Amino acid sequence: MDEKPLLSATGVTKRFGGLPVLHGIDFSVRQGEMVFIIGPSGSGKSTFLRCCNRLEEPDAGQIVFDGVDILGKGVDINAMRQRIGMVFQAFNLYPHLSALGNVTLALRKVVGKSKAEAEAIGRAALERVGLSEKVAAMPGTLSGGQQQRVAIARALALDPRLVLFDEPTSALDPELVGSVLAVMRDLKQRGMTMVVVSHEMRFAREAADRVVFMEAGRIVEQGPPAQLFEAPREARTREFLSRMMA
Amino acid sequence: MTAFERFLETFFKAELIAATAPKIVSGMGMTLLIAGLVVATGVALGLLLAGLRSYRIAPVSAPIVIFADILRAMPPLVLILIVYFGLPNVGVTLSGFAVLWLVLSLVLAAFAEEIFWAGITSIRKGQWDAARATGLSYTATLIWVILPQAVRLTVPPLVNRTIAITKNTALGTVIGVPEILNQATTAVSFSGNATPLMMGAVAYLVIFIPVVMIGRMIERRLAWKRA
Repeated sequence: MDEKPLLSATGVTKRFGGLPVLHGIDFSVRQGEMVFIIGPSGSGKSTFLRCCNRLEEPDAGQIVFDGVDILGKGVDINAMRQRIGMVFQAFNLYPHLSALGNVTLALRKVVGKSKAEAEAIGRAALERVGLSEKVAAMPGTLSGGQQQRVAIARALALDPRLVLFDEPTSALDPELVGSVLAVMRDLKQRGMTMVVVSHEMRFAREAADRVVFMEAGRIVEQGPPAQLFEAPREARTREFLSRMMA
Repeated sequence: MTAFERFLETFFKAELIAATAPKIVSGMGMTLLIAGLVVATGVALGLLLAGLRSYRIAPVSAPIVIFADILRAMPPLVLILIVYFGLPNVGVTLSGFAVLWLVLSLVLAAFAEEIFWAGITSIRKGQWDAARATGLSYTATLIWVILPQAVRLTVPPLVNRTIAITKNTALGTVIGVPEILNQATTAVSFSGNATPLMMGAVAYLVIFIPVVMIGRMIERRLAWKRA
């Protein structure tokens, strides 16, 4: 694991209307690291994640990805986003395109690959998530777990250096969660850098290199999962964990 | 002469049917031509305007909204008369054909813009998020992700509105466009008999019933299994 951060955020603040949701977040993730962000709903964890690829514009602060200040003037954010994959709670597959169409759209329209090249990459990405037989399937015919894996393939097809997961299993039936977690575990083994907002405490404990606990727009504490889950320093962390584990 | 014979004599006079048929057929050609042009121009312009409006740039959106509201509120006949009889006073003379095409296209564009706009705004924000997160630009997202979905949602209201407006090609009769109604009323004034009007009515049905059926087919074809 490289010591230099792949992404580092400094003093990121964000308000919605007059309501402050992020109070100066300092956060970084190293190459190959898998970081979980946990915390109660409304703690700002999804908002912060969405700041990392500028789906939300922070009001202040700095976010440096791979040496580039992505909030800087004149930054080609679309080029940066090809290197930062994102997976959403609601999958957000394009319902009018097949699984392969979902995975190849950006390859064709952003990267400029030919149809044949894009489809070869797309098939490989779908195979990586165990869906090679669903290449032609329309999203509406897939289970939630399959849809989410197509969404992961869509992110992976662009060969990202970082993947952001925004509650990737929260919309899934319990019996389908495992298939998605298996794909994420596989990504970790291959050294993918990941930031995961999740309520899957057991998975965080097992797979995370580091866990960050956020509450009310602030990072309360962070550390390796063993320490954060077994011996949290802050009372608020203990209270949250006892509620989640109950 | 019985009442029934008088009825036939007034509305379905055989020799008049034979004599008027070529004119009605040529009127059908004209109606189809204008209707086709109006649908193509109006729907394309409406889609373009709705797309431009989605950028939410006030100086662009405001004129589009004003245009759509005025054109939707105004009776098409009033617009046709204003353009046909008014514009020559400022040195612009357009043929009846051009006026009919222009006005009906603009009216259809106004309605189509509102329908497409409703479709665009009904697409969930997550679709934008997902596309933008893969590096697609705003415009590429609109073209490849949002519009294909929005257009499918808008097919039923759009087909209905398109049929309603293309039927207004009959208004061309007041500015001398030789479409179905114009041919029919001309024949009526020569014969003093309502038979040509009945032929015109049948001609409209011959054109528009298949259109209604095709519209229903497109609606079915474009429905896809929703996630």
